[in-house]
Amino acid sequence: MGIVRTENLTFEYIRRDEEGNVEGITTAVDNVNLDLQAGQFIAILGHNGSGKSTLAKHFNALVSPTEGTVWVDGMDTRDDAKTLDIRQTAGMVFQNPDNQIICTLVEEEVGFGPENIGVPTDEIWLRVEESLKAVGMYQFRKASPNKLSGGQKQRVAIAGIVAMKPKCIILDEPTAMLDPSGRKEVISVLHELNKRENVTIILITHYMEEVIDADRVFVMDDGKIVLSGTPREIFSQAEYLKRLRLDVPQVTELAYELKQAGIPLPDGILTKEELTAALTAFKG
Amino acid sequence: MSIIVDKISYTYEIGTGFERQALKEVSCVIEKGEFIGLIGHTGSGKSTFIQHLNGLVRATSGSIYYDGQDIYDKDYNMRELRSKVGLVFQYPEHQLFETDIFKDVCFGPKNLGLTKADVELRAFEALRLVGLDESLYYQSPFDLSGGQKRRVAIAGVLAMKPEVLILDEPTAGLDPKGRDDILDCVKALQQETGITVILVSHSMEDVAKYVGRIMVMNDGMLMFNGTPKEIFSHYRELEEIGLAAPQVTYIMNDLKNAGLDVDVSAITVDEAKASILKALGRN
Repeated sequence: MGIVRTENLTFEYIRRDEEGNVEGITTAVDNVNLDLQAGQFIAILGHNGSGKSTLAKHFNALVSPTEGTVWVDGMDTRDDAKTLDIRQTAGMVFQNPDNQIICTLVEEEVGFGPENIGVPTDEIWLRVEESLKAVGMYQFRKASPNKLSGGQKQRVAIAGIVAMKPKCIILDEPTAMLDPSGRKEVISVLHELNKRENVTIILITHYMEEVIDADRVFVMDDGKIVLSGTPREIFSQAEYLKRLRLDVPQVTELAYELKQAGIPLPDGILTKEELTAALTAFKG
Repeated sequence: MSIIVDKISYTYEIGTGFERQALKEVSCVIEKGEFIGLIGHTGSGKSTFIQHLNGLVRATSGSIYYDGQDIYDKDYNMRELRSKVGLVFQYPEHQLFETDIFKDVCFGPKNLGLTKADVELRAFEALRLVGLDESLYYQSPFDLSGGQKRRVAIAGVLAMKPEVLILDEPTAGLDPKGRDDILDCVKALQQETGITVILVSHSMEDVAKYVGRIMVMNDGMLMFNGTPKEIFSHYRELEEIGLAAPQVTYIMNDLKNAGLDVDVSAITVDEAKASILKALGRN
């Protein structure tokens, strides 16, 4: 059984008007069955309102299913006695770093989580050091978080989760507010954590090029999983993705356009290296 | 109508331990009807700069001339400037508050002291310009999708009939279709109405596709100012300051190095396609 598993997961919320009368029911997550393997780098794509954030919030028991079941590392998220264990197993990072940082020093920020779960002081400092090194922010440990760039703040937020020693980190559009190098920093830190520490990464994003190196991609629409596969399998379906308000990486789009113009290229080109190789081979 | 920015500097919290110079002698000219992209890493001074253009922040030194008039002149009507230069902040949908969309868009012009008919006319025009479906006008803005909410917020600023529209990362957090819709709408607006647009963005691909001129800020200074092609030819320098070129520019450079005679100044997918086809003798 995977690190996160869902069975017939459905989540509904009731819309009310100003007087509190029921206006209708929205099904945000609709009968989702997933089995996410530990140690993988997983990406979830979907347009605004497709249900991906609601789905992700089930993975660390921030919301509880209306129907069906979610297990995190074998624990049922509806079991209140397990809530703390679940949140230590699966940590969550959100879009805006400024909303998640509360301490005046980077090292205090990272130590905040472990302190709250009663980790002994010596062990806390050890974890702070390890976590900051893992995200490449150790030299900023005595800095004030509000003096950092967006990418650095987001790496500190990730270190705060890493210090809890989670098996899994869920990130909901962690790069939406970052500049190009901030985005690159965050994505490469996630791959490092995945490879070196074997942490399962679940990344929600609207940037298609951040998904290229994922092990597995899920695409959501209208609360359902409508596509799943490797990045190559997913991005071979450019037209379907566009109908889902999504896109393909610019390299893939260019390859697709060239193919339409009669250049015989393989499907699902994902990197500029692949495109260069294919075009030079064609030119002969 | 033009804006002339003459050596403006701005220092935060002068005389305290937190003193920090956010802008250093920035000078530029913004002509009527231009579509300008403003790029720079987080903390480079972009947001501080745009807040000077409608007088929200007053420069510590230097001058700004709007239509030939010094906005720091003691007789200058700063209130009027704020309705001429409309600023759409990041996540503008957080500022929606009315019970229906139409009322929300009416809020700005109502405060200008116009008649009810004029206010409503402006709201209709603004909502039409952002392409929001009429069936939605009397619904709660909070039931809309992220992209639609953002369009309502932009309509609220357009209803003030600004001559200059400044958008601070209008596509952050939107899905790819939502991003394209907003920017297509802004581009059409600029072409139809002749409004001047300044787009602050972290997406090099979007900037390459839509704007006519790019200004690059770094460390409070204006580092580059030119056409997208000129700016992105400096991609190595852009990387050093936390930015990048559009993905296609890197592809074109790789292809050139691999011996294909392509145009490395291509910055959009269409340009890249045309150049590759030509290099392969397929045009």
